[in-house]
Amino acid sequence: MERTAVRGRLNWLVAEVVDLIDETGTVKSIVLDCPDWPLHLPGQHVDIRLTAEDGYQAQRSYSIANPPAGEKVVVTVELVDDGEVSPYLIGELAVGDQIELRGPIGGYFVWTPEHGGPVQLVAGGSGLVPLMAMIRALAESDRQVPVRLLTSARSRETLIYGDELRRLQSSLDNLEVAYTLTRAQPADWQGYSRRVDQQMLAETSWPATERPLGFVCGPTGFVETVAANLVALGHDAARIKTERFGPSGG
Amino acid sequence: MAIISRGFKGRRQEDAPRDRVPPGQYVTNDFPVLSAGPTPLISLDKWSLSLTSETGQTTSWTWDEFSALPTEAITVDIHCVTKWTKLDTSWEGVSVDTLLDGVQTSSGFLLVESYDGYTTNLPLADATNGKAWVTHIYDGEPLRPEHGGPARLLVPRLYLWKSAKWVRGLRLSSADQRGFWEGYGYHNYGDPWKEQRYAGD
Amino acid sequence: MTDMHLDGNALGALFIDLFGQEMTDQNGCCDACGAVNPFGRAVVYRDAPGDVMRCPDCGAVLIVAVRTETRLRVSIQSLRWIEVLE
Repeated sequence: MERTAVRGRLNWLVAEVVDLIDETGTVKSIVLDCPDWPLHLPGQHVDIRLTAEDGYQAQRSYSIANPPAGEKVVVTVELVDDGEVSPYLIGELAVGDQIELRGPIGGYFVWTPEHGGPVQLVAGGSGLVPLMAMIRALAESDRQVPVRLLTSARSRETLIYGDELRRLQSSLDNLEVAYTLTRAQPADWQGYSRRVDQQMLAETSWPATERPLGFVCGPTGFVETVAANLVALGHDAARIKTERFGPSGG
Repeated sequence: MAIISRGFKGRRQEDAPRDRVPPGQYVTNDFPVLSAGPTPLISLDKWSLSLTSETGQTTSWTWDEFSALPTEAITVDIHCVTKWTKLDTSWEGVSVDTLLDGVQTSSGFLLVESYDGYTTNLPLADATNGKAWVTHIYDGEPLRPEHGGPARLLVPRLYLWKSAKWVRGLRLSSADQRGFWEGYGYHNYGDPWKEQRYAGD
Repeated sequence: MTDMHLDGNALGALFIDLFGQEMTDQNGCCDACGAVNPFGRAVVYRDAPGDVMRCPDCGAVLIVAVRTETRLRVSIQSLRWIEVLE
């Protein structure tokens, strides 16, 4: 297994915003060009730091949305109500602005196609971001590792990367995606319409006998419920890795 | 040397009443739930509060006995060292003065213990004469476990880590003894108006 | 009621500052119960006001971190050993 190549103190690097992509009404992807970026693994995150003119600083962690791509780092940020950093990143930050970041951080919650599978991904809301980095790495790879994703969102409007996931699931034989929209569903909706529960996991995830590598990401309550249900379905707890975002998400 | 983030202002509250907001704090309408560990769940039939004097003499109250004590309704501002301040929070509880009624003591310090093993410490003078309560009602409702229920200490004049949640015991002591956060590098006293956040401030 | 705790990767940056390398995929042994787990699996309580890392098996406090503007103080509590793969 690859070791993450981070050595020494984490230094703050200065990146430039090269693109901004509206994913949903409240979620935006920020494409950064970061000289000296040490390369990252899918699943890792970065810390972003903002400094006001009077020296006041605020810092938050965001999952990296893209697989390793030289000096390009993409973070997908969800607007947090009454937040301090996300309203700035989503509402104010412009192409050409500079921003400080450090990382990559997190050698535990990582997966690359070289790690093999089968892989079970379960995402709640913006918990999909690090898992999308894994799926995008899969799409770029020659290895046909079988991957199943179950992703939960409140509605179609709040589902991130919807079009890309649909495109990838039809172009990749080894990727299966199931969706649940918990609050509002379009009239022709074919997916699930409730919160993730054991039955839904039983229907959409690899059987325990396949011994999949599991990655669960999202708000703390969501991760607890899903992890407990996967264990109840017979999965080995040691093969389930979790990344909790806290109460409100990333 | 950090670069300046164009247009970033952070939390700026021009309309916050500065005389009520200690230095470095911002006003929140939330009530953040912050804890060093899992929320203990204590059933009322097993709950008790003990008060131990420096001579070892102990008084204790069951929930029924505690509920029979005279209470006060208070509205206070609370300040957390993580920089949020919440104005006009309303509580109901038993004054520490009431708990100390009839207890002979010459001790100078109050050591506080919680059900999850948490501890904190403060001068007795900062817990008496109407400065501290053991509260069990917040905003008109029974205090919820995530905010310290069934009962928590409330010492509004100091940073909120001194207002121990899930309070179980109060110990009068002649010697000061650092509690959990005081021992890990937070200020021993914790006056928000002097911004005494960390040891050495 | 779910506690709003996080996973060990929430303290990933702290580990790199302290040990000079990624630690979330390295193992530690809890001194209270003997359980061995990668740090990424630890239970983390942030802003408590400091950061507390607890053993995922028994809940014992492994590490407490208090960061001020000028220094980071890390208290090692119930950690019997930490292992780094060569």
